[in-house]
Amino acid sequence: MSVQLDARPPVAAAPPVRPTRSYRLSRFDARWSPYLYIAPFFLLFAVFGAYPLAYTLWVSLHEWDLLGTDPTFIGAENYTRLLADVDFWHAVVNTLGIFVISTVPQLLAALWLANLLNRQLRARTGWRMAVLVPNVTSTAAVAIVFGVLFGREFGMVNWVLDLAGVDGIDWKANRVASWVAISTMVDWRWTGYNALIFLAAMQAIPRDLYESAAIDGASRARQFWSITVPLLRPTIIFAVIISTIGGLQLFTEPRLFHAGTNAIRGGPSRESQTVTMYMFENAFAPYYNFGYGSAVAWLLFALIAVVAVVNVLIIRRLGTGAGTRPGGRKGGRG
Amino acid sequence: MGATSRRRLAAVAFLAATTLLATTACGGDGEDAGDGTVTLTVDVFGQFGYEELYKEYMAANPGVKIVERGTGGNLDEYSPKLTQWLAAGKGAGDVVAIEEGLLVEYKANPGNFVNLLDHGAAELKGNFLDWKWNAGLTADGKQLIGLGTDVGGMAMCYRKDLFAKAGLPTERDAVSALWPTWQDYIRVGEKFTAAKTGASFLDAATNTFNTIVLQTAGNSSGYHYYDTGDNLVVDTNPAVKQAWDTTMDIIDSGLSGKYGAWSEEWVSAFKQAKFATIACPAWMTGVIEGNAGPAAKGKWDIARVPGNGGNWGGSYLAVPKQSKHQDEAVKLAKYLTSAKGQIGAFKAKGPLPSSPQALDDPAVAGATNAYFSGAPVGQIFAAGAKSLKPVYMGPKNQAVRTEVENAVRTVELGQRSPDQGWTDAVTNAKKAAAK
Repeated sequence: MSVQLDARPPVAAAPPVRPTRSYRLSRFDARWSPYLYIAPFFLLFAVFGAYPLAYTLWVSLHEWDLLGTDPTFIGAENYTRLLADVDFWHAVVNTLGIFVISTVPQLLAALWLANLLNRQLRARTGWRMAVLVPNVTSTAAVAIVFGVLFGREFGMVNWVLDLAGVDGIDWKANRVASWVAISTMVDWRWTGYNALIFLAAMQAIPRDLYESAAIDGASRARQFWSITVPLLRPTIIFAVIISTIGGLQLFTEPRLFHAGTNAIRGGPSRESQTVTMYMFENAFAPYYNFGYGSAVAWLLFALIAVVAVVNVLIIRRLGTGAGTRPGGRKGGRG
Repeated sequence: MGATSRRRLAAVAFLAATTLLATTACGGDGEDAGDGTVTLTVDVFGQFGYEELYKEYMAANPGVKIVERGTGGNLDEYSPKLTQWLAAGKGAGDVVAIEEGLLVEYKANPGNFVNLLDHGAAELKGNFLDWKWNAGLTADGKQLIGLGTDVGGMAMCYRKDLFAKAGLPTERDAVSALWPTWQDYIRVGEKFTAAKTGASFLDAATNTFNTIVLQTAGNSSGYHYYDTGDNLVVDTNPAVKQAWDTTMDIIDSGLSGKYGAWSEEWVSAFKQAKFATIACPAWMTGVIEGNAGPAAKGKWDIARVPGNGGNWGGSYLAVPKQSKHQDEAVKLAKYLTSAKGQIGAFKAKGPLPSSPQALDDPAVAGATNAYFSGAPVGQIFAAGAKSLKPVYMGPKNQAVRTEVENAVRTVELGQRSPDQGWTDAVTNAKKAAAK
């Protein structure tokens, strides 16, 4: 047995009178090596994920001046104050508003785009790569360019609106307008990325399903809604969760959209200040209240968990609703 | 059998070891070569104009290498970064610039900085304007945190071409004579607006408000948002309300271009000559030149500020305790803030010296600025600098100022009426101070 593969050592083999050193080593190897192989990830996660998470919780229970030397334990006071803080809830509404305005059209557009890309096209790979280009661009560059496009006086969007006879909009000082502008930025970056994920899942759908549907007389649209969408459900759930996490943690786009002084407020009356921006404003400039900022971080965590669960429930219902129709997923394999 | 599994075990051990190494290696910062050279890092924002001074200092001190970080950066981005470095106990430069608004917050935790009095700085007191020196001291006067760099003596910068277009005088003394008071300034603005030049009279009401409030407070109580006992007095200090009301008059008369200060839009407005005047502390001349670009050279000029004097901004150099070369860093900070250093910085980028010796020096007093049509900047700014009346700043000054200026901004944008704006300013300022 000079070549030992992954099999466990035979238990009832030779009488284990005197396990040799190499035998013990090999036992150790078989049993513990897998753990060692995956250890690097968990070590890194412990250092850069779990520890900061726990430490943030610890900080959030203190009156903690970022520069101060002796934080005092105050229990849940930061949380009770935060729950009564109108600016916090204002930021939550902003975040959810931007999230809905950006994610819904984004995923629908991605689905549509993926469906187009799934057809027989000339230079298919070229098209598929092209939709990913916005995602490769640096967020900061995108945000700055969009910030200029959506300028009140010198912006191109208002210029076009003006040509169309519509009065210019102050994109940065109007709550809903700023949500729309920021959502545009987010969609510009992430639609292509989600389209590719949907595309990959679509290609795993067996073609014979479509063939039999076509024989049964189903139109393309019907095929899309009754075969493609139900079979994409796990992928859609994945995309929704990833978008939820990303969308609720939105920071760079709104932060850089509002250039100038106090950009962290997201406009003079906090028009598009997201929760992460509110966290930064409290933990760092201008308040330097580390404990309060940490409490914001933990509530954001809770919020993301809640929204993710709600989303999964909604998507799951959507999937089963479509799946029970005749010609649905019953015949599918896998 | 042994060979394979042992090799595998070795591989596992190697992998684990390299992972650990890779994660710990981030901790080391490989500064200072072994040859005894000391590298000093200087953290600044905006333009301090130290490049030539570094060269001279390095030539005189062969063992020292100086690296500047943050040149041209925005104060709003610099301040949180510096605070994080201080809080983390790692990352800050050996010499750091601190703007006066933030200095008050740092003074509450003086343990983060080297006490410059322990490094023989006491003898330098005469090199600085009294109030500038005192502002660098902690409340008990036992620790000196920062040595003064510049002060923000006030003026009003204006575009001659736009003034001519509106039929107003363009020569700087005649322009100064137009506006002895802010009410006169508003009247000139109304005339300017009536001429329909396509430009606004001023850039943003927030900048003008800050100028007026610092000036009014300096000329009366000597404090604005906080009194000298650190009580928030936003709603009771007549200086604040008076400045607010004047600013509301400016907004009412439609003089503001509403360009959010320091935004891209603001910068574009400079480039496209979209406003005619801007409140102009000494350091602003460098900003204007940078934003308006070479094409506008000779189109700008500098007149007296309406009202009487005032100070906006100005910075300090400090040495964080985390510096590994405190002695060398203090030496460099002393050099950069000496009269000679301040004159050098003024010649390079225009920050007005806080040293009376430097202010008297012909290189400063006689200086002119070619970009601003050869305006005698030394005379305009330096003359008022020595009689400057400083404004006391309380613990949460920055946060409170933000709230009040944002209230100005909401009125300017038409989101709030002046009365609603004032209520917002007071309630939000109180909230900010309590945070």
